[in-house]
Amino acid sequence: MSPPQSAARLAMPVVPSDADVRDPELMPAQKAVLRNVDFFYDSFRALKNISLPLHDKRVTAFIGPSGCGKSTLLRILNRIYELYPGQRATGEVLVDGENILAPGLDLNLLRAKIGMVFQKPTPFPMSIYDNIAFGIRLYERLTRPELDDRIEAALRRAALWDEVKDKLRQSGLGLSGGQQQRLCIARAVAVEPEILLLDEPASALDPLSTQRIEELIAELKDDYCIAIVTHNMQQAARSSDYTAFMYLGELIEFDETERIFTHPKQKQTEDYITGRFG
Amino acid sequence: MSIYTRRRITNGVVMSLSVAATAFGLLWLVLVLWTLLENGIAAITPALFSQMTPPPGSAGGLLNAIFGSVVMTFIATLVGTPTGILAGTFLAEYSRGSRFGEVVRFINDILLSAPSIIVGLFVYEVMVVRMGHFSAWAGSMALAIIVIPVVVRTTEDMLNLVPNALREAAAALGSPKWKVIIMVSYRAAIQGMVTGVMLAVARIAGETAPLLFTALNNQFWSTNLNAPMANLPVVIFQFAMSPYADWQVLAWGGALLITLTVLCLNIGARALASWSTFKQ
Repeated sequence: MSPPQSAARLAMPVVPSDADVRDPELMPAQKAVLRNVDFFYDSFRALKNISLPLHDKRVTAFIGPSGCGKSTLLRILNRIYELYPGQRATGEVLVDGENILAPGLDLNLLRAKIGMVFQKPTPFPMSIYDNIAFGIRLYERLTRPELDDRIEAALRRAALWDEVKDKLRQSGLGLSGGQQQRLCIARAVAVEPEILLLDEPASALDPLSTQRIEELIAELKDDYCIAIVTHNMQQAARSSDYTAFMYLGELIEFDETERIFTHPKQKQTEDYITGRFG
Repeated sequence: MSIYTRRRITNGVVMSLSVAATAFGLLWLVLVLWTLLENGIAAITPALFSQMTPPPGSAGGLLNAIFGSVVMTFIATLVGTPTGILAGTFLAEYSRGSRFGEVVRFINDILLSAPSIIVGLFVYEVMVVRMGHFSAWAGSMALAIIVIPVVVRTTEDMLNLVPNALREAAAALGSPKWKVIIMVSYRAAIQGMVTGVMLAVARIAGETAPLLFTALNNQFWSTNLNAPMANLPVVIFQFAMSPYADWQVLAWGGALLITLTVLCLNIGARALASWSTFKQ
């Protein structure tokens, strides 16, 4: 993809630019659609009737005060909440037209298609190489050189290759926090998912590492549908195309990021982004 | 008297009491070790490791007893470790919050604190009586029953220390649960689990009561697991109670040997545990 097209897309995410019109592939298709989604922790209703789209090759940011349900929403998309008894979601989440909340769906296959990066870096207690090979080996049988190539490509994508290429056999636990988080991103993209869920990926990192992660998000969105939860409103404004503002389990407003941050329709949204509450 | 002075005096008094209590506890440990060393060191000779337990009045060593202890401890560990790890894994990874898991955990805790003589009597009843004779198999089973609850407990505790975020991260890559456990949970908890097994081995290395009713003793060299087998704790018990001076010396030697082995296992387990926390 040539730089001018990227620039055009960055500036105008939804209204198609000339370039977009010529190339229908660049139209922001809806990769996932949430319809009337509710979420329960036992009997507590944590999400109330959420409906919104996630566009392909775009970044959608979820903002809102702590406890508003934005992380919960993200955890619905790969059904990771099912690890815990007592948590359930109702409604519909269509990914490529298929309802992923339907019973009987193979969760492992779903999660292989929808990658996730967590708030705290979670390197596995194994070598840097094996950390990334872990996910690939789950679903693919590759020869050693093929695997080597995939791992290098993933580390390059996550802008980590130059820092770790000489110590791939060392433990992933020995890396710094920022490096660990980039390792986790590399691990997630190595399995070539279609949607990438980022749950406050930079909140535990220093400003420099945060900046690198943001640059990474900007690069990755050429290929993925990205959903990011963040507490940092500048981060949402900088790196997302769409923003959803949530409050007490409800979706208050969903729009293009630019509009949310310049002309929010709801008073609550305006109060939050101007720092009057939350 | 000002509040501050009173506080200082209280602090001094409580501190002195704490130090005294610690010293009191340590004193016995030091005395035990010193007595063992003083009496046992003379028995640590090449003969101890190369000759059989002698009849009273003649020279000999503890080779058959050392061999028996090693064999039975080994078999008990071999049986008890996988059983304990699997049960501990069930408790930590599969039964969280379930009623059945709570019951299993409770029963395991009872087993953990069961007097070892009860375990010996139990195996006597179900194995020795039915087989019609004492045997090394029965001794091994009795020891295995002591190993299992220790390993179950440490495995469960160590797996519970593995952060859920790690399991989530592995599951989020599309990994089936059994693979998450083997590739991620076990790897994260392995040092603690090995420490638990070592502590269990240390525990059974000196157990006398369960062997008294099961493996009994054997004066001769025997590798037959279907026959009674010599072992250090029972030999120590028998020799120490005897009126013969040379048997008593061998008992001291055996006691020192077991103590040193258990000490090494404990130190090893601790070193392993601290190494793992350092690494993470």
